[in-house]
Amino acid sequence: MAVKLPIYMDYAATTPCDPRVLEAMLPYFCETFGNAASRNHVFGWEAEAAVKEARSQAAELIGAQAKEIIWTSGSTESNNIAVKGAARMYAATGAGTSGRGHIISSRLEHKAVLDPCKSLEREGFDVTYITPETDGIITADMVKDVIRDDTILVSLMWANNEIGTINEVPEIGALCHEREIIFHTDATQWVGKMPVDVVKDNIDVMSWSGHKIYGPKGCGALYVRRRKPRVRLEAIMDGGGHERGMRSGTLNVPGIVGFGKACALCLDEMDSDRARLLKLRDKFESELSSRMEVVQVNGHPEKRLSHMSNMSFGFVEGEGLMMGIKNIACSSGSACTSASLEPSYVLKALGVGDELAHSSLRLSMGRWTTEDEVDYAIEHITKAVEHLRSMSPLYDMYKEGIDLSKVQWQAH
Amino acid sequence: MAYSNKVIDHYEHPRNVGSFGKTQEVKERKDIGVGVVGAPECGDVMQLQIRVNDDGKIEDAKFKCFGCGSAIASSSLATEWIKGKTIDEALELRNSEIVEELSLPPVKIHCSVLAEDSIKTAIRDYQEKNDLNGNAQADSE
Repeated sequence: MAVKLPIYMDYAATTPCDPRVLEAMLPYFCETFGNAASRNHVFGWEAEAAVKEARSQAAELIGAQAKEIIWTSGSTESNNIAVKGAARMYAATGAGTSGRGHIISSRLEHKAVLDPCKSLEREGFDVTYITPETDGIITADMVKDVIRDDTILVSLMWANNEIGTINEVPEIGALCHEREIIFHTDATQWVGKMPVDVVKDNIDVMSWSGHKIYGPKGCGALYVRRRKPRVRLEAIMDGGGHERGMRSGTLNVPGIVGFGKACALCLDEMDSDRARLLKLRDKFESELSSRMEVVQVNGHPEKRLSHMSNMSFGFVEGEGLMMGIKNIACSSGSACTSASLEPSYVLKALGVGDELAHSSLRLSMGRWTTEDEVDYAIEHITKAVEHLRSMSPLYDMYKEGIDLSKVQWQAH
Repeated sequence: MAYSNKVIDHYEHPRNVGSFGKTQEVKERKDIGVGVVGAPECGDVMQLQIRVNDDGKIEDAKFKCFGCGSAIASSSLATEWIKGKTIDEALELRNSEIVEELSLPPVKIHCSVLAEDSIKTAIRDYQEKNDLNGNAQADSE
């Protein structure tokens, strides 16, 4: 088994750029370098034509019209424009007042949605954050329960970035349309891996990013529905009025060309990629679960993305575990791996305890993941967990039958 | 974050891993002091056990650790340093010395604090079992 090390299993963090994407981008740096907003010469026209083509490719992937695509710098910006832009546009009262409107989101959202929500709270909006059950799924019923007469916006991710769980997006969208509420979904982990039809899926505004779909970093998109309803968003950055006035700034033409190409490739290849990765993921999880005790898969067992696995290995700490598998690039919900030194708020929100978050590992696979790499990961994760359990006081206590939840710990 | 070579060495080849017996057996032995500090929900639990002879010398030390590489290295190093020392000498060990030896970055200083506390807690346990008036305070900074 010849495996090239290190192995990349962090596709949910970012994907390598597909060489076909890079090839499409290259002419737009030095040769076709025009500003897409230059309307009066051939350099501008060529750039504009390239952007137009990319817009169609992006739209096709999600069943939208080309005009409904707004270029951004990535999902963080898309989410900011969507959440702040919709709230401010549809606010019941003006800036500086209270009672401007009600927004629904969830505790499992990415910070790029949670932080805009927090800033809107300071601006006079009310926000309800739904907490899911332990399976991590946000259902339409959960949304229905918290909708109010003054609800103006629902923002919920399609698939979670840490555990891959899939929310009931089409159903939630239908509910929002019934109640004339704008529905935004952060689909960063979903688009390019799973089919999207923004019309059938009842989506008004949707964010996604180039670098999660084998495209370049620094390039994202926002779908903004133009019909039934025609969604308007207040710009968060003032300037030249590009992108239907919703996002000013000279377009990143090479990035956009790459983004479009990446979308086109995903449209062709996502079904076969998904089927292949599901097999690898299932092998990965079932092997690890059968080789060791007290191993848990986090999130709903079926309703989750097929290329991602979030597992907790009892009695070992995530960062310590990652140190033992230094040839496998992955993520952990452990506090030690986060800048804030807090364990994953997503895993905590599932109500399964900080302990589980500390012991968690997220592995995400993609277009170039091979079965040999998965076998290598199974082998080395098993070894590392066994090594760490051999020095874990918690594992000893477990083996002696001591109930860890009843021990008087000296927390610091 | 990159780990220092010393942290990696302790992680890969931990010194003195183990215990002197099952939890209950160890509790009943007067020559052994046990210190367990930290909590699973905080992501760090260190268990340090010392075996002390009649002259008050730490003849042997064992550790077990649930935690990151720096926590494992800090506790492994702690056992190395206190073996062969008297209780009074072991009490002088400061977490800053561990930080320095392992080149721990600021975010990992708490690992060294835990190691110092585990030594003090183990010594206090030994002293209490033997009705000795010790001065082991787990209040390191």
